[in-house]
Amino acid sequence: MAAENAPGATEYILHHQTFLSNKAPHGIVDFSVINYDTVFFSVALAVTFFGLFWWVARKATTGVPGKAQNFVEMIVGFVDTQVRDSFHGSSRLIAPLALTIFCWVFLFNFMDLVPVDLLPWAARGAGFEHLKVVPSTDLNATFALSLTVFILIIFYSLKMKGFIGFLSELTLQPFRAKNVLVQALLVPVNFILESVTFLARPVSLALRLYGNLYAGEMIFLLLAALTLSRGLGGLATVGGWLGLIAQFILGLIWAGFHILIITIQAFIFMVLTIVYLSMAHEHH
Amino acid sequence: MNINLTLIVQMFVFGLLVFGTMKWIWPHILNAMEERSRKIAQGLAAAEKGEQELTEARGKADAVVREARERANHIIEQAQHRASDLVEQAKGVASSEAARLVAAAQQQIELDTTRARESLRREVAGIAVRAASKLLGREIDARTHADLLDKFTAQI
Repeated sequence: MAAENAPGATEYILHHQTFLSNKAPHGIVDFSVINYDTVFFSVALAVTFFGLFWWVARKATTGVPGKAQNFVEMIVGFVDTQVRDSFHGSSRLIAPLALTIFCWVFLFNFMDLVPVDLLPWAARGAGFEHLKVVPSTDLNATFALSLTVFILIIFYSLKMKGFIGFLSELTLQPFRAKNVLVQALLVPVNFILESVTFLARPVSLALRLYGNLYAGEMIFLLLAALTLSRGLGGLATVGGWLGLIAQFILGLIWAGFHILIITIQAFIFMVLTIVYLSMAHEHH
Repeated sequence: MNINLTLIVQMFVFGLLVFGTMKWIWPHILNAMEERSRKIAQGLAAAEKGEQELTEARGKADAVVREARERANHIIEQAQHRASDLVEQAKGVASSEAARLVAAAQQQIELDTTRARESLRREVAGIAVRAASKLLGREIDARTHADLLDKFTAQI
């Protein structure tokens, strides 16, 4: 629909979907390519997160906390409650991991609330043709998170249950039989079912976040396309004004709604990570 | 959209970030929070203890005040007793003194009466003697008739 009243909308959106990378990728997987924008923004956001929290942690007082410490403690307390609720083992890693995921993913997603054309426009001024500012709309970023979590799941499963225990968990459920022969027949079935469940975890983690943010960004792009290529001259017509007003109101509504989405996505990623690692710690 | 080197870089950055958070952020903040909640718990306990002590002290003070009041009442009662005793005693002394005075006065009166009667008798005897001597025309010799005169005087 946007394409009807705004010629060039397809190009506009495709332009926004292109990464700032060293070269055009060939095929689905190409490890000679790197997306500078994703790395730049995720590192910048990591520094933001780490800088704020580290600054607060260094001068954390046990007395009356200041505003920054209050804010940081609110988040830390929230994450700590989540971890205590779902995770019953003892691990020094899991709570900081959950905090990092929550904050970092939230900041990734928060970049979606920056006006879609603002930073790419500034980048074009600085000589960069393409710029994608939301790291969580890059599959590389979301898979980096989920694969790291996946590696941790495997690591803790092996550590807590041993290789045999881990393997029996993959092969001896959900179907069980008293007869050894029948059980032997059920092992491959169980293995296929459990492997799918197991492998689906990192994929679903990464794709859920990516899909939500990609869709969210796409809505912003479509709204931005409402007034595409009209310029100030577009304000001379009634249609131009209507487009502008519609863009403003719809953008406002979607941004408000999006605040919920980005928070919920960060929260879901964190909680699922805790749950998966908790399952890796538990014996059956 | 493709998977590329960014994935590896991102994983590396993520690992580094988690490590940093685990090492330099999480323990400090959580320690501060736990320390504070411990402090608050201690403060609340101390406040409760203080309140309890206050209640106890108030009870003690009440008991002391009550005892003092009782003692004061006792003292007042004693003093009143003593006062009424004194009054009674004084009354007794006064009445006996009055009786004594009355008795003394009566004695005096009796004495005076007797004395007056005596002198009156003597005067009457004198008058009678004089009257008799006038009637007889001569002097009655007091010495000669002393016993007669005395008998006469006693009759009056």
